[in-house]
Order: sequence, then structure tokens, then C-alpha cells
Amino acid sequence: MKYVDEFRDGKVARTLAGTIADEVRPDRRYHLMEFCGGHTHAISRYGLRDLLPPGIRFIHGPGCPVCVLPIGRIDSAIELARDHGVILCSYGDTMRVPASGRTSLLRAKAEGADIRMVYSSADALKIARENPDREVVFFAIGFETTTPPTAVALRQARAEGLQNFSVFANHVLTPSAIQNILESPEVRELGTVPLDGFIGPSHVSTIIGSQPYEFFAEEFQKPVVIAGFEPLDVLQSVLMLVRQLNDGRAEVENQFSRAVTREGNLKAQGLVAEVFELRDRFEWRGLGEVPYSALRIRETFRDFDAEVRFDLPYRSVPDHKACECGAILRGVKQPQDCKVFGTVCTPDNPLGSCMVSAEGACAAHYTYGQFTKDSAVAEAS
Amino acid sequence: MSENPKPVKRGYIRPLDLKHGKIELSHGGGGRAMSQLIDELFQPAFDNPYLRQANDQALLTRPDGRIVMATDSHVVSPLFFPGGDIGSLAVHGTLNDVATSGARPLWLSAGFILEEGFPLADLKRIVDSMAAAARAAGVPVVTGDTKVVERGKGDGVFINTTGVGVVPEGIEISGDRARPGDRILVSGFLGDHGVAIMSLRENLSFSTTIESDSAALHELIAAMVEAAPETHCLRDPTRGGLASTLNEIARQAGVGMIIREDDIPVREEVDAACELLGLDPLYVANEGKVVAICPPESADALLAAMRSHPLGATPRSSAK
Amino acid sequence: MCLAIPVKVVELLEAEQALVDVGGVRKEVDVSLVDGLEVGDFVILHVGFAINRLDEDEAQRTLSMLREMGVEPGAAA
Repeated sequence: MKYVDEFRDGKVARTLAGTIADEVRPDRRYHLMEFCGGHTHAISRYGLRDLLPPGIRFIHGPGCPVCVLPIGRIDSAIELARDHGVILCSYGDTMRVPASGRTSLLRAKAEGADIRMVYSSADALKIARENPDREVVFFAIGFETTTPPTAVALRQARAEGLQNFSVFANHVLTPSAIQNILESPEVRELGTVPLDGFIGPSHVSTIIGSQPYEFFAEEFQKPVVIAGFEPLDVLQSVLMLVRQLNDGRAEVENQFSRAVTREGNLKAQGLVAEVFELRDRFEWRGLGEVPYSALRIRETFRDFDAEVRFDLPYRSVPDHKACECGAILRGVKQPQDCKVFGTVCTPDNPLGSCMVSAEGACAAHYTYGQFTKDSAVAEAS
Repeated sequence: MSENPKPVKRGYIRPLDLKHGKIELSHGGGGRAMSQLIDELFQPAFDNPYLRQANDQALLTRPDGRIVMATDSHVVSPLFFPGGDIGSLAVHGTLNDVATSGARPLWLSAGFILEEGFPLADLKRIVDSMAAAARAAGVPVVTGDTKVVERGKGDGVFINTTGVGVVPEGIEISGDRARPGDRILVSGFLGDHGVAIMSLRENLSFSTTIESDSAALHELIAAMVEAAPETHCLRDPTRGGLASTLNEIARQAGVGMIIREDDIPVREEVDAACELLGLDPLYVANEGKVVAICPPESADALLAAMRSHPLGATPRSSAK
Repeated sequence: MCLAIPVKVVELLEAEQALVDVGGVRKEVDVSLVDGLEVGDFVILHVGFAINRLDEDEAQRTLSMLREMGVEPGAAA
């Protein structure tokens, strides 16, 4: 695969890691938060921790849209399918997230609710066209990467005059989450989460551009490097961050220059602005209520807003008692710190959202993190 | 008295409409409709001396050696896919389950659960495919069963096949025999079947040139076992792919395993399709591949035997 | 969810769709978010939509930089 395989070259990865090892100062650590779940996954899957010197510490951030979706919103989605009899279309990852009462979209489906996995918002529109006598609701989640596809679907629904299509919108915003983390007591005052720099999200940035991060670099004096998706991208970005920190700089650098520009995709931004507006506040799993961190459908498209079309009271539901997803999403704890990690809570039987999504920190650690270079290998006799 | 008694006039029984007809509940009822289905569809397709007895069971001669039995139920959807269908899959799958014990497959049974309304044309296509697969493998379908469920209570057709085989003396192949130092071998490209199936599923439409690898492996396995009788384990990595299969064996044998990514053969398109769908090729189903675990000194002979068989043309060897 | 992959445009279709190819696999996707696409262009594909162009010159530049970088692990700086 072009522009994928080359960025997974093992030899280059090792030489890059060697450069990083040479440049890290022995008297300090480099605490780097990788915001995006895709990076969490790449770091675990390609064993980057094993390649890098011990001074590099990765802190997982809340950049996994499935992980940060609060239980109450999933409950509403299940309610739509179960009690309102709609065809609920959902992205795959969301299907297994545990909701209230030991249920999930997948379990509700098994019990008879018409819940269908879709790969794209376009698929949901297709289902609406093919089932004119049924209500079809698209369960929209995701950061800024995934919002434009929902906007396109809404515009298309309006253009076609689809009467039976609506969207349950749960789109969230990256800069708000980063700000929330940087302003959190653990980072700002207590110092319990030492945070030196950010590995910025790849695909969110293709949409929003590198410009929004300049505020954080400036205000909080933390360097940000926007990193591509593949292991070599992550490694190069780590090197760039190490160099910034060694030099005492706090700038926004763009490693993913092949897909990210300073202004981003203006057309996509325009489409989103046409359809969506800011919510005052939105509950995030782990972060609580975050102001101006999510989007809702505008007045002009309210006909297609599932929250308006259907009566959906929102109930905030706390996480499972033993679940540490909240702390993990804020970077305060690592998956291994959670008492139920790998025992009661596994990808087959997840208690919390971090174990469900392929990008969740817990799922990444469980799937790829169990066997590291430190594990004992019995030699064949 | 008449010397030439007039022949008894039989009522005309309209033959099955194999082009446009549909399965009805009476086809599973044990009466005339079911007999007709057997006489006009199943029996001619599978035809062999056992079936011609027309009994409810097959009378078999006990073979010399240890007997192996395996059963598989097939519920695959869609029923027809590039490289095969539920019928050929049902035959190959059970033959392979029998063969991976080192056994030579001898007989198959086939049980059908049909949904009311299922097109006879599709059933004929599936049955002909099964019969062809069984004939090509040299293993007869000696007995079978048919039931029909109400519309809405089945997914078109479910098929169960059971296979019986015999293991030659001195062959001990079992998941718990893997040992540290053993080599792990795989007979060819992984992930083809799973991707071929997914390319047809609703909501995922892309056109690849990938076909299911569904195949009967018993002859390849016979060649492998002959070349390397000390082989410890054989398994076909079906649902769950290579990774699940190796994990199963690791658990059974109480060992750990290391495999190298570069050694695992995956077609570029399968890789790309998995990337698009967010799947790991190591976890995607195969229906015509075998994983072998053998002592290090047998690896070369095993590899050579695999490579000289058409179904093992691109095998790979990996470390312990 | 962040799952996105670079793909090549092989045919432009009507209604703002395009046929794209990655590693021999072809899929029809929505390209309404990216203007002025031509056959042969690379785009980033996410949930059935092209979300931005991939600049091949920049990609090659990054690759060259990566390959030139660094010393062997353990060697003196």
C-alpha cells in the first residue's frame, strides 16, 4: 500500500529510535501525551515503547471518541431503537460499549432492537431511502475528522427531502479536550500528571489544520507536533518534540505535512459550520462536563435532529465502580493501574469503553502490551 | 386368467420444478414430498452404493486403525461467494477437520435444515457443488437428513456435515504436543476466505479479485504426514484466523510462540482490504490452509512436501 | 475510529463520488469534501469519505528525511 508501507519500515524505525536515544538528556524525562486513539494503538501495536529509551514516557489522552462517549448517551441510542422502534445505524466500535444495566447496542440488537452497523453516514442514508416507512437514526460520533461526513449526510437528506432520516449527534472537539486537560488540577497545579508536550492528532488536523494548536503552545508553553498515523511518523514526531524540549521551544510543528496544512480543509470546515453549532456544554466520560466541547445540529437543520424529533431525556450515568476509564482518559492512570484490567475487564467482556474500542488505551495495552522485550523467553532446549 | 396382467396405472407425479420451485414444509415432513426431494435432487447428485440402499442409515465396514470423527455446522452468509458456496464449504470444512488429525477421511454425512420458501434452484446449485466437492475428494456422502423450518426461522439453509476417518499407526497429532523449539509452518496465503466473504456483505462493497481458498486438504496433509510422521500438530485456521488457532494450541500445550510478521504470507489486496475494514489479517478466516507444528529436524522435509503439492505452493516457515 | 488510509483516485463518478484504489482493492467513496480532484490524485479516506488530499511531494520529502536521518543505535553522537 503506497504511503503506508514505507512509513512502517522497521530498519528506519530502529535508526530513528537510535537518534532519539542519542538526543534525550539523561537527567530528565519527556512526558508526551498522545491525544489521538489511533496513536495509542500505533504505539502499542508496533512496540514503540520497546524501541524508545526509558526517558520517553507516553501518556494516553482522551482522543478516542468511542471512549469518551458517556453511558447516558448510549442509553439514549438504545432507547431510540428499543422504545421508539427506529432503525438505529451505528459505527462498529460503538456497538460493544457497555451501557446501563449491563447492556450495549450489540446486546439490544440480540434482544430484537433493529440496530445496524454501518461503515459510513452514506450507508445510513441508503437505509433510510430503502425503508421509507421506518424512522432511521444515524448515531453520529467522532472528533472533527468524522463530523464533515455527518454534515454531508444531513445536507443530502435535506436536498432529497428525506422524511424518515435523523441524526443523533455526539460530535466532540479536540481543542476543548486539550484545553480541559491542560487546565486540569492534576496538570496545572498538582503536577501529578507531568505533561511536557503533545503528539497532535493526524486526521483531525487534516480538517482543522495546525492553526488551532498555536494557542496551546503559546498559552501553556507546551510544544505540539502534529504526527502522521504510521509508526515512523510517531517516531519522527517524538524526535521533534525531544528537540523542542531540549531547546526550550514551545511551537507547533507539522510532521504530517503530506496531509495537514495550517488552515486545514476549509471546504469541510465550511460544511460543518453550515450544519452544526456549539453546545454550551457536553458530558465527557472521564472529564465530566466540558464547556463548548461538542456540537449540536443548527436550527436550520433541526428537522433532522433526532434529539428534537424524539423525546430523549438525558440521564447522566456514572461508570462502573471498578472502572478507571475516567482516570485513564485524563492521563492520570495507566491501564495496568486499574484493578480489573485484564481480569474481569477484557476486550471480550469489557466493563468500560477504553477496553472496547480498538483505539482505547486499555484495549491497546491488552492486545499488544502483554509481551514486551522484558518478558522472559524460555530458550528451546 | 389373464396372461399379461395390465400394469397398474400410477398417478402422475409432477417432477420437482428445479428452476422456479420453492421448498415447502412438506419437503421435511417424511412423506411423499420429502421422498421426491431425495429421489430427484439429493440422491442423483450424491449417488453412491450406500445411498442407493435408501435406508435411514449407512452400513459401513469397520476400518483397521483408530477412528476419527468430526462434525461441522455451516451457517455462512452469503450462501454463494467467490471461490465457493455453503455446500463446498461444508464438505471441505469437515474433511479438513478429520484430516488434521492425520486421518484419511472415509465417509461424510450431510444434514440440511431448509427454510420454507428457499428456492429449489439455489438448493440444487448447493447440492451439486457439495457432490462435486465430495467426488473430487474421493469421499462419499453416505447418509443424510432433511428438515424444513417455517419461513423466517432459518437463514435459507443450514448444513451440518459429519466426517469419519481412520488414522494410520504411529501417527500422534494433537494440539497438546507442541514443544519449545518446534517450527510453525503455514501452507499459503492467509485471509483470503474472510475477505472474499466480507466483500459481499451488506454495507461493505468493494471489488477485489480475492476468492475464498476453500479446499479439501486431506491429500496435502497425507503427503505432509508421510514426509514428516513426527509432526506434532495440524490445524486449519478457520474462524478466528491464524492467531486464534495458534493461541488455542499454545493453551492446549502450555507453550509460548513467536512468529515473524515478514514470514506470514498475505496477499497485498487482502492486506489492503483488512486495512480498510480495520481488521488484522491474522484473525481473518481461512478455509483451505493448514498450520503445522513440527520438531525442528522435520521442518525441511515438511516444507518440501507442502511445496510440491498444489495447495501448498507458497508455504512459509517461521520460528518457534 | 481515527481509521484513515491513503488511497488513489482511479475514476471520477457522478454525484460527487469516486472510485479509489488501495493495494488492488477498489471502493466507491464520497469526494464532496475535496475540490478539484483528478484521476491519479491521492486522498485520505475516512468512513467512506475523502477528507483531504495527500500531497505526494510532501510525502516523498518526509520519506527522504526519514531515510537520511539518524545514526545506528549505540554509536557516539
